Amino acid sequence: MLGESKSGGDIVRSPVGEEILDLKVGDIVYVGGEIMTARDKAHARAVEMMEKGLELPFSFNRSIVYHCGPIIQGDKVISAGPTTSDRMSPYIPRIMERVDFFVMIGKGGVSNEAVKAMKGKAIYLAFTGGAGAFAASRIKKVKGVFWEDLGMAEAVWVFEVENFGPCVVAIDSRGKNLYEDVRRRLMDKLKR
Amino acid sequence: MLEFEKFVEAVKQLILKAHTEIPEDVEKALRGAYEIEESEIARRNLEIILENLEIAKKNRVPICQDTGLPIFFVEIGRDFELDFDIKKAISVAVKEMTPKILRPNAVHPITRVNSGDNTGVGVPIVNCEIVDGHRLRIVYLPKGAGSENVSALRMLLPMEVKKIKNFVVEVVANAMGLPCPPIVVGLGIGGSFDLSTKLAKKALLRRLDSMNEFELEILSAVNDLGIGPMGLGGKTTALAVLSEIAHCHTASLPVAVNIQCWANRRAEVIL
Repeated sequence: MLGESKSGGDIVRSPVGEEILDLKVGDIVYVGGEIMTARDKAHARAVEMMEKGLELPFSFNRSIVYHCGPIIQGDKVISAGPTTSDRMSPYIPRIMERVDFFVMIGKGGVSNEAVKAMKGKAIYLAFTGGAGAFAASRIKKVKGVFWEDLGMAEAVWVFEVENFGPCVVAIDSRGKNLYEDVRRRLMDKLKR
Repeated sequence: MLEFEKFVEAVKQLILKAHTEIPEDVEKALRGAYEIEESEIARRNLEIILENLEIAKKNRVPICQDTGLPIFFVEIGRDFELDFDIKKAISVAVKEMTPKILRPNAVHPITRVNSGDNTGVGVPIVNCEIVDGHRLRIVYLPKGAGSENVSALRMLLPMEVKKIKNFVVEVVANAMGLPCPPIVVGLGIGGSFDLSTKLAKKALLRRLDSMNEFELEILSAVNDLGIGPMGLGGKTTALAVLSEIAHCHTASLPVAVNIQCWANRRAEVIL
């Protein structure tokens, strides 16, 4: 769902649907509602389970997944910036086969293969890496946790967020990719 | 004689300070970057970074959730007296700060099982050096994985001194937005295979406003890449290039590039 945020820019909310297809690279958006964290180990376990036909305790479909390994103290999030998304790249095409719509929040972007798999159903939002304290201030509540056996950083945490952003649409559902634009300009420069 | 408890407490305070207050020279460099960036996306990212620093300081929470692998540089004056194992004492402090401030990050390299308290085989990493005098100086440099993962070492040929700059540019170009630019580049030149990497890390302890001409020239080449804050384009790909050198074998030229994210957290205490 899209709405208008107080600070200007659309609010992306789960369950996400067709509305995310209208967002274009460079758009500034905010995220509201429910998001869940997942990084290396959670991606590996989720994909393995899905491919074996096992049911996950949560659903990726129409969700907003945050590449993040937070610091949690009791029931409070104290620091929770994005982690490097590229490590999740190998899993993304395999998740894309099983979702209708999908939003990721992370930093640094994902592989070209992942971008291709995202076409028509998913977007990638960049949030400032290292801004852990800032991000935590936008997280209102820890709603739950799955797979705590993976450890604090690798568990799947469900957060309620408000005005989470500004995030930049860095990869849109048409396959446009801001990181790739920067890379192309850089390669031209290096050739000269 | 320094007491064990007093030492542990000092290290705990050091850890708290490093994670909640960025050194002033780093903050100044980030403000400088904000001033010269023109694109909205680059400016927004730097705005968030600067606001994040304020929130972390005010709320006493970690600037970044990746509180890194704990790395310490300890200088022990030869006349300094103590009757306990410094590495063990540092481990105690690190354990007590987990997960108060530190996220449990240390895992076994093969089984990937997390120790849960940021200690383990060889961790915390403590570099000890005996120096003149009667003081004990402890410097703490927590190192996040995003930037560590894109660091590199190359054994250049002895006659390839001019290629040092190209190598740094190549490493930064390959890293793109992954290490959370604007980065700081730690450059270790010379020594041996292992010493060059140690020098590169040690260079990251220097103030960002202490660059010499050679370092400024590399910085300018790196910033020409246009990677910008968070890899989304801009003028500030790096805040600084800092180097350390050591003599090396006449037949070799080891060059190590240790990349540091914008959150160049470091703190020191003298006892």
